[in-house]
Amino acid sequence: MTLLIGSLTIGLILSLLALGVFISFRIFNFPDITADGSITLGAAVAASMIVAGFGPLLATVCSFIAGFIAGAVTGILHTKFKINSLLSGILVMTALYSVNLRVMGKSNIPLLSQKTVITSFESFSQYIFSSTDIINIAGWSVPAKDLSVLILTAIIIIIFAIILYLFLKTNLGTAMRATGNNAQMIRALGVNTQTMIILGLALSNGLIGLSGALFAQYQGFADVQMGIGMIVLGLASVIIGEALINEKTLGLLITGAIMGAVLFRLLVAIALRWGMNPNDLKLITAGFVFIALMLPMALKRFKRN
Amino acid sequence: MLKIDNIYKTFNRETVNEVKALQGVSLHIAKGSFTVVVGTNGSGKSTLLNAIAGSFYIDSGKIFHNGKNITKLPEHKRAKQIGMVFQNPFTGTAPDMSIAENISLASKRGKHRGFGWALKQKNLDEFKNKLKSLNMGLEERLNNPIGKLSGGQRQALTLLMSTWVKPQLLLLDEHTAALDPKTAIKIIKLTEEIIRKDKLTTLMVTHSMQQAVNMGNRIIMMHNGKIVFDFDENEKKHLKVSDLLSLFDEIRRKEQIDKSVAEMLERNYV
Repeated sequence: MTLLIGSLTIGLILSLLALGVFISFRIFNFPDITADGSITLGAAVAASMIVAGFGPLLATVCSFIAGFIAGAVTGILHTKFKINSLLSGILVMTALYSVNLRVMGKSNIPLLSQKTVITSFESFSQYIFSSTDIINIAGWSVPAKDLSVLILTAIIIIIFAIILYLFLKTNLGTAMRATGNNAQMIRALGVNTQTMIILGLALSNGLIGLSGALFAQYQGFADVQMGIGMIVLGLASVIIGEALINEKTLGLLITGAIMGAVLFRLLVAIALRWGMNPNDLKLITAGFVFIALMLPMALKRFKRN
Repeated sequence: MLKIDNIYKTFNRETVNEVKALQGVSLHIAKGSFTVVVGTNGSGKSTLLNAIAGSFYIDSGKIFHNGKNITKLPEHKRAKQIGMVFQNPFTGTAPDMSIAENISLASKRGKHRGFGWALKQKNLDEFKNKLKSLNMGLEERLNNPIGKLSGGQRQALTLLMSTWVKPQLLLLDEHTAALDPKTAIKIIKLTEEIIRKDKLTTLMVTHSMQQAVNMGNRIIMMHNGKIVFDFDENEKKHLKVSDLLSLFDEIRRKEQIDKSVAEMLERNYV
């Protein structure tokens, strides 16, 4: 049960990554690999600031800003300097590796004895469950602290999802979506598509940085290697999410991305429980994304024959 | 209103695919006029329109709009004054977004786009009213994605969208070429209606000589990146489809002579 709650919480935290990837890949049609660097950047900024004595909330907000800037740089490389979209992401991701080491000062920052956003969530359990330490759910005993973290994380993710949804429904948000959908049309309607792409990638990586900050605080450390393959994980979540919904409306796509991230985490937890070697995780994730991308085409060919 | 001064544009310069699309085009478009541009394939008609819209920057020459030099003004800034309908019905609308969202995008052409809701009830009512004028039943499908509509419906919508905020100049780039004949006639009627009602200054490229003869009050014929004929309102009145076709023949014949002469010279002297 603890395992289940743990995976749900991590899934929710990583759903911010999924939302970020949804913005870049699906809304802007931009394969943005910056994610691998910006999720670590978020973790690095949050961890170093917390260790340096800043409030955990401020540290988390700053990780969003850091990711935002990283995304903007990728956008500027692509739009202003006409660098291929994949390459812009790769350049920034690579540069961020050094930046992250600079920010952290070493390759790993432990947060175990620090006050973090997650520890405040834990202490919030006294308000939700009074002073009970163990909660009984359908015969399973669950630490009240873990449950409290899960509930508060879920609330925060839902708030972010709603804000994102509402934002994409504003005049600015619809212009952003149109930029990814038909750039020529929206330019002819007077929108600077370059600005939209820069802003969109900034927003995307801001969310991803935030995800990294929460992830580091949850697992109790920030590590310079933690971002490797995160883009594929985010993409897997988005793809699962699209499979879960039947109508591709904006609200459902956002909900789907979150559900996809949580479901993916659960599947990973189950696979690990069954004895899958954790080292194989990224291979299997990549294989999964390959199959998900290939399947629609293969099905079409199969139907034609 | 719009003054084009000796503009040049070459695509893929210094490659095997080099295309000299515009070679010294000068043109003055008066306010309220409706100019039809015809020409052979690759004569630079569409390039001329795109140069005015700002899809690319020209190599040399100048473009003035209301006396202001807009040669270096990016496309999205020119869009404030210029409305454009493209040949491909898929170009003018965002397929995955709803009809209402597409219109709301168009209703903000050249205006500030901030954090206000794109779809307000007040706007939706206005959208519905204007859509009714198309007589296509689109007002009942405001929330449907545009991708589900037919080419004709999309083109009608694009036309409505590009004139939603009244443009000082309307550019139509063979906007009926991709449609079936019946739909094309409908779109042409709609075009004339909108232009007449809003008194729009229009520049229309067409491949249909019939449209060229029937519409507008000036015809320009282009060939090899140059304007070769320019008929004003009076001359146009007497112009028939057959006249235009014979002009095309004449151009082609001249070209053939040029080629055969060149060949002959080559044979004799090289």
